[in-house]
Amino acid sequence: MNYWLIILGMGLVTFGTRLLPIVLLERIEIPFVIQRALRFVPPAVLSAIILPELVLRDGALDLSLGNARLIAGVMAALVAWRTKNVVLTIAIGMIALWVLSAIVR
Amino acid sequence: MHSPHSEFFAGVKAELPILLGVIPFGLIYGVLAINEAHLPPEVAIAMSSIVFAGSSQFIGQQLIGVGTPAIVIVLTTWIVNLRHALYSASVAPYIKHLRPLWKWLLAYLLTDEAYAVSITHYDERDEAPVANKHWYFLGAGLALWSTWQLSTIVGVLAGAQVPESWALDFTLALTFIALVVPRLKDRPSIASAASAGIVAVIAFNWPYKLGLMLAALVGIVVGMAIENRSLRSTASLVDQLPIDSSS
Repeated sequence: MNYWLIILGMGLVTFGTRLLPIVLLERIEIPFVIQRALRFVPPAVLSAIILPELVLRDGALDLSLGNARLIAGVMAALVAWRTKNVVLTIAIGMIALWVLSAIVR
Repeated sequence: MHSPHSEFFAGVKAELPILLGVIPFGLIYGVLAINEAHLPPEVAIAMSSIVFAGSSQFIGQQLIGVGTPAIVIVLTTWIVNLRHALYSASVAPYIKHLRPLWKWLLAYLLTDEAYAVSITHYDERDEAPVANKHWYFLGAGLALWSTWQLSTIVGVLAGAQVPESWALDFTLALTFIALVVPRLKDRPSIASAASAGIVAVIAFNWPYKLGLMLAALVGIVVGMAIENRSLRSTASLVDQLPIDSSS
């Protein structure tokens, strides 16, 4: 199998996906309704990545207190909400995960 | 005051805290690509600059490792990165005026992390015109790019030295939490985030991460619907005003 061809293909589709809307939308005026829709892109996409990481364990829903990632994630979210500090959010989240995993185990 | 120079370094500075979450992620990618997928080191490292997309690189090296056909790997990468088309559309109006070379460069640098800080900067209704904000975007993008390359290389070289019990992959979720939570300032965005998150959990096992796309679309539609409702109630208030003033 040719590794280089695969990663070149991966690179091309990734770059194309990132470039195409920028190039296409320069010619047409973006309708107001689309502009409104785009405002929700960051919260919708990022939350869709985050939540499964927190509540799924080996593919199954786990909302118990024994789910260290969920508790650590909620604590990190509280820190992010109160402080808006990225470093503090990541630090508290990781420390919480390590401490909770140690306790649960 | 808002010279290209100062915008560039403001972008670098805004990206710095996020790098704390990106470094472990790049390390793990490098480690897995070598130890689990058995990629040649130069391929694992080159993927970080040719593809430059964390989550699809993770999936990519896994699929290569188990001998998936090339076309399936490329298609999966495309679907996983479809969300970047949404990012691209959302920055498009702001960089419309730039020369093609700039657009290509910024498109190449358009990752989750660079997008999040740049769009926040573009959305700020400050006194500064949009004029030099692409330098901010460039600063954020290059800071992330160089960090991603370096942490990948370190991961490839470190190999088996990083124990799994450190759970460093969790830094990605934490980084995104730090990016999204401060943006949840009104009901429409909260509803958008919540609905997208729930759909993503329900559709998590769909093939090729299609659940992620569906979740994003549901989140956008719900956000707009809630916003419509509050717009309408504001509008009906305005309608009543003349009656009130005449009475």
